[in-house]
Amino acid sequence: MDFLRPASWEEALAAKAEHPTAVPIAGGTDVMVEINFDHRRPEYLLDLNRIGELREWEVGADTVRLGASVSYTQIMENLRAELPGLALASHTVASPQIRNRGGVGGNLGTASPAGDAHPALLAADCEVEAESVRGSRLIPIDAFYTGVKRNALAPDELIRAVHIKKADGPQQYSKVGTRNAMVIAVCAFGIALHPRTRTVRTGIGSAAPTPIRAKAAEEFLNAALDEGGFWDSKKIITPSIAKQFAELASGAANPIDDVRGTASYRRHAVGIMARRTLGWTWESYRGTGRTTGSTEGVA
Amino acid sequence: MRVNFTVNGRQQEADDVWEGESLLYVLRERMGLPGSKNACEQGECGSCTVRLDGVPVCSCLVAAGQVEGREVVTVEGLADFAKQREEAHQGGACASGACGTSLQAAQQWKAHGTDSQTGEGTELSPVQQAFIDAGAVQCGFCTPGLLIAADEMLEHNPQPTDADIREALSGNLCRCTGYEKILDAVRLAAARQDRQEEAV
Repeated sequence: MDFLRPASWEEALAAKAEHPTAVPIAGGTDVMVEINFDHRRPEYLLDLNRIGELREWEVGADTVRLGASVSYTQIMENLRAELPGLALASHTVASPQIRNRGGVGGNLGTASPAGDAHPALLAADCEVEAESVRGSRLIPIDAFYTGVKRNALAPDELIRAVHIKKADGPQQYSKVGTRNAMVIAVCAFGIALHPRTRTVRTGIGSAAPTPIRAKAAEEFLNAALDEGGFWDSKKIITPSIAKQFAELASGAANPIDDVRGTASYRRHAVGIMARRTLGWTWESYRGTGRTTGSTEGVA
Repeated sequence: MRVNFTVNGRQQEADDVWEGESLLYVLRERMGLPGSKNACEQGECGSCTVRLDGVPVCSCLVAAGQVEGREVVTVEGLADFAKQREEAHQGGACASGACGTSLQAAQQWKAHGTDSQTGEGTELSPVQQAFIDAGAVQCGFCTPGLLIAADEMLEHNPQPTDADIREALSGNLCRCTGYEKILDAVRLAAARQDRQEEAV
């Protein structure tokens, strides 16, 4: 094994071009587990810790450009207003020690269906900035996850940043696990209201081969809110709409039985989380509910 | 591969380090610092918690090569680290003692006087003393990680609520399940720190 220590982003891209099998390591919270357990013996480890810019973020007019290695702790402490859903999701990641090291770039690189950031990223809407010596491109999040632990990156590409839409309305995140800390999601659900476009976006984690959106549930809800004039009236969403939304979200899930939970439990839990998080965000939109900065949305 | 970094204030050099080796392995097996414990090797248990440039991390998940040129504090150096922090605060830069350790401060930090290599012959840090006084040590395996995590929390949050303590220690598992006494110990350390502040 070789340990590559690029001192700059350009050097990192050159190293990845020269050694496309090199495994990037930043927080190490996924990669080191695999190495410690002998599940993986990469030919090259590509250390990204020396590249300071990956730990920086910029808040723009409409988006936050989040460096790939910005830690979950930093997201929770600094970006709660701009990225409330992702901040809530970050708070459910493992433990303080892990949140101090791990970041969204690693979650995307690993592309595990159970990665905590994915439902929040899908709901908020974002683009992944991938770069190689050949050039840079923005991959829409909807096209990023291609299979179980597979993503749209080319072998010579590295994730530089994620361009996440700033919240224009309430966002929530919910995760089911056996305890509040140190837990891989049995399943998770993220929701973001986008009052500006009068749309709702969702994200489901750990309940399909990849993180997914509950598209049929979104389409139904968008139409129902529009027809009922809910965005203007800010009326309470009727229980029948919430129920239908929950059922469609549940139906979007395509889970398996595994050690963490059964497929039928996951389907059930996704529906419950969809209904609850819709209630929380809608109450917040009406100005009566919990603020989006609350951590109480963690189930 | 050779790795140079600072451990408990002393410049160290490790040779023939395997590229996939963890910081924990280097500390325990190459530097003779067995205080950081090796249990799960997957970041679940927190027994290997150390401070890397001031930040608590699981040393089993840090690749050795990633610590090149950086600053590590283990439980063996905790008492010295806490003492120097206290002395720095008496300088008056931060009256409440509530400020965290900046990277700059961490880089300038040096061990002196006591033996921070083994921790032996060192006066205990307030958190260590509180763990003993509160009976928070059973088999002792989780203790080093808990000490590092608790000390770091009290550094930036000297008035923690019970929820704050639980959250700060949520990444450290105790399989003797002595959590109540551990919470007592952290409260005790916080109360003593508080009383000391008032006395100043």
